[in-house]
Amino acid sequence: MSVLSPQLSDSGALVERHWQELSRRRRTYTILGLLALFVALSGSLWFANETNAGKFFDRLPHLFDFVGDLVPRDGMEVVRALFDLPSPYDDGSFKYNYPEGRLYITDTIYIPEYFYKMLETLNIAIFSTIIGMFFGFLLCFFAAKNLMPNFLVRGVVRRFMEILRAFPEVVIAGFFLAILSLGPIPAIIAVSIHTIGALGKLFFEVVENADMKPEEGLRAVGGNWVERVWFGIVPQVLPNFMSYFLLRLEINVRASTIIGAVGGGGIGELLRLSIGQGHEAKTLAIVLLLLATIIAVDQFSAWLRRRLVGDQAFQLAH
Amino acid sequence: MSGHPMISAAEMEAISARHPALVKGSNHSRIRTIALVAGLVLYMLYSWWFFAIGGVLGNANWNIAGTYLADWVSYEVRPDVRIAGDGTMQVTYPRFSPLGPNASPDWVRLEKETVTRTVETPAATEQAAPTQKNSSSFSFMAPGAATGGSPQTETAAEPQTRTEEVVTRAEIVFNSSTSITVADRAATATHAGETLQVRLDGPGKVIAEGALPSWATQPYPGEKITLAFGFTGWADIDADKVSIHNRFLGWANFIFDTNSPFFGKSYSEIMSLIFSGERIDPDMSNLALAWDNILYNSEWQHLDVWTKLLQTIVMAFVGTLFATLIAFPLCFLAARNITRNFVLNQATKRLFDFLRSVDMLIWALFFTRAFGPGPLAGISAIFFTDTGTLGKLYSEALENIDDKQREGVKSVGAAPLAVQRFGVLPQVLPVFASQALYFWESNTRSATIIGAVGAGGIGLKLWEAMRTNSDWENVAYMVLLILIVVFIFDGVSNLLRSRLIGKRAH
Repeated sequence: MSVLSPQLSDSGALVERHWQELSRRRRTYTILGLLALFVALSGSLWFANETNAGKFFDRLPHLFDFVGDLVPRDGMEVVRALFDLPSPYDDGSFKYNYPEGRLYITDTIYIPEYFYKMLETLNIAIFSTIIGMFFGFLLCFFAAKNLMPNFLVRGVVRRFMEILRAFPEVVIAGFFLAILSLGPIPAIIAVSIHTIGALGKLFFEVVENADMKPEEGLRAVGGNWVERVWFGIVPQVLPNFMSYFLLRLEINVRASTIIGAVGGGGIGELLRLSIGQGHEAKTLAIVLLLLATIIAVDQFSAWLRRRLVGDQAFQLAH
Repeated sequence: MSGHPMISAAEMEAISARHPALVKGSNHSRIRTIALVAGLVLYMLYSWWFFAIGGVLGNANWNIAGTYLADWVSYEVRPDVRIAGDGTMQVTYPRFSPLGPNASPDWVRLEKETVTRTVETPAATEQAAPTQKNSSSFSFMAPGAATGGSPQTETAAEPQTRTEEVVTRAEIVFNSSTSITVADRAATATHAGETLQVRLDGPGKVIAEGALPSWATQPYPGEKITLAFGFTGWADIDADKVSIHNRFLGWANFIFDTNSPFFGKSYSEIMSLIFSGERIDPDMSNLALAWDNILYNSEWQHLDVWTKLLQTIVMAFVGTLFATLIAFPLCFLAARNITRNFVLNQATKRLFDFLRSVDMLIWALFFTRAFGPGPLAGISAIFFTDTGTLGKLYSEALENIDDKQREGVKSVGAAPLAVQRFGVLPQVLPVFASQALYFWESNTRSATIIGAVGAGGIGLKLWEAMRTNSDWENVAYMVLLILIVVFIFDGVSNLLRSRLIGKRAH
């Protein structure tokens, strides 16, 4: 820069000076911002360390304690735990009683316990994603600016969806656990309610970006609101809706596992119990099963989304 | 569009004859739609059966649901009117009553009398016997008060003369249309224009005069009668005790608990105490004392709740920030158009997949075991999971960049690092920052839930408050705080994102 400046005309030098001033100010703001971020980060880390049960550096040698808890007596134990096969170490305790969890379909064919529970968790996720999709679909057209000119209705629906989304799932699950007793239904209700809010928001944003020409055409031939939405908007947004549905399904598989761990049934509950009781082989079997399922669901959903909406499927969405 | 001529019916038929696929082609998609909907319906029916939803919803205790929901925004005061054998009464409040010890609310109207009488002091062993229970008039005494040590257990009962103040008539007014009066071994309840008279003639002899109104139930003749007044409260009438549950809207003792010297004082009284009153505690000023009493309010535990909430916020903030900082350099390795090394690309991408697929729950358990319960575990869990997710998103964003800018920078002979800095970063940085902000906001929500498995933050506190089923008002308080925090962060994150990448920041 300094090499060029001597050759600038008066007005050019003015522009140059102004530009340098702006960039200096910008640099100051950036440094101040980074400084504030650094202070906030250091404060946060100090606070987290102070209020933690163990201090960071004291506990660092214990980092892999969890992995140590997972080492089974021999490698085959994991397979036995996974498929409910009898264990040679069986001493009548809960630690090696793998065959007891079998769920017999006929006299000889059974579903291993963890597979059944994994299926339960998957079902919780799918079922509640469908419920969330259904209600999110119904609500989203009332929240979209281009279809609902009445800002009062729009505002109410949007706030309602925001509350559904922000309301802690743990509380909904806990509340229904108190009423319905233990089981997967509190988890279904909790995940569904959250999904309605989350999908509703994504859906109405898709609707707002939709091409309004088909809707105009239907309006011109006298279509009423429902007809315009159903024939003009829905066909063009449906692939995106399905894509978001699948994305939400991936998230909900994880969410229903976590809710299960706090009492909502499914594989999460077994994982928590197994960790609590120190059953290495069982815990490892569940962790591996969970990992495999999540990878499978993610891959399947990614493949289907690519088919539905192409590369658009991999934009940010939550 | 307007230039197209209208097609007549005959022409239309000719077209459909020539290109049947155009007209009938939609049959295929129609069948597919029907099959999809049918499949969905079948799946929903299957799930209904799989989870036995009908049965569970049928067996649910919906009355309790109403009470629990009411507990979110209201509280009960529960005085007991204990009736002695001679018809005299005492009104007691449970130990942790929201009104504190020595309560005398104006909705409980008592007529008192001082009597001197000879009563038998029952021994501890005798008190358990059912026959003796009613003859003793000391059932209002606290268990500790009646114990006279071991000698007293030898003599079964000891006559004693005492002078004491007893209640002869107690009137409890719930609201203008609902009240209960207990006097002379009889209870009169009035609600919704109907009056119920109950005679209390001893154990097993709780007898209602006339038919029971719809709001009263008596499961067994002669036993306890339960009166339900809706949101106003409810009452149990038994032979020796009338239990009142009077419900009030609001959160009881939200600022000062019953042990605080400021309890029960009006706003102006508290203000004058703080700014001009004598020191209550010689060690600290009244302002400090008041603040201390608020923070350590035994019922609401404000300080603990706020600390846990701050932990949740910190978990989301630090976890996301670290994830961004680590994912940022790694994503350059993962993007195949930046780093032209297949092995390195794949290794980094599989690392991201691994971090993401292990799931926040398992990371939370892993780090809770390592660091002990607390925010460090939560920070690490969010950090690990989101390094995977952000890394994946970032590398995909990098792979989709416009190559022209990079070529331009390269063509003027820039060094490789300068090519990335001036050719790539300006394109992706706003997107990166926007995604990081999005995850920051979304993690504030997930931090609540992983807290419940022990990874720090308000989650565990929420879960503990819910487990007893008696602290729903505390749950409501924490939920309200969480909602406020989430809404604020949502707003801040949206604002920053729209400044970064324009109006359509979603």
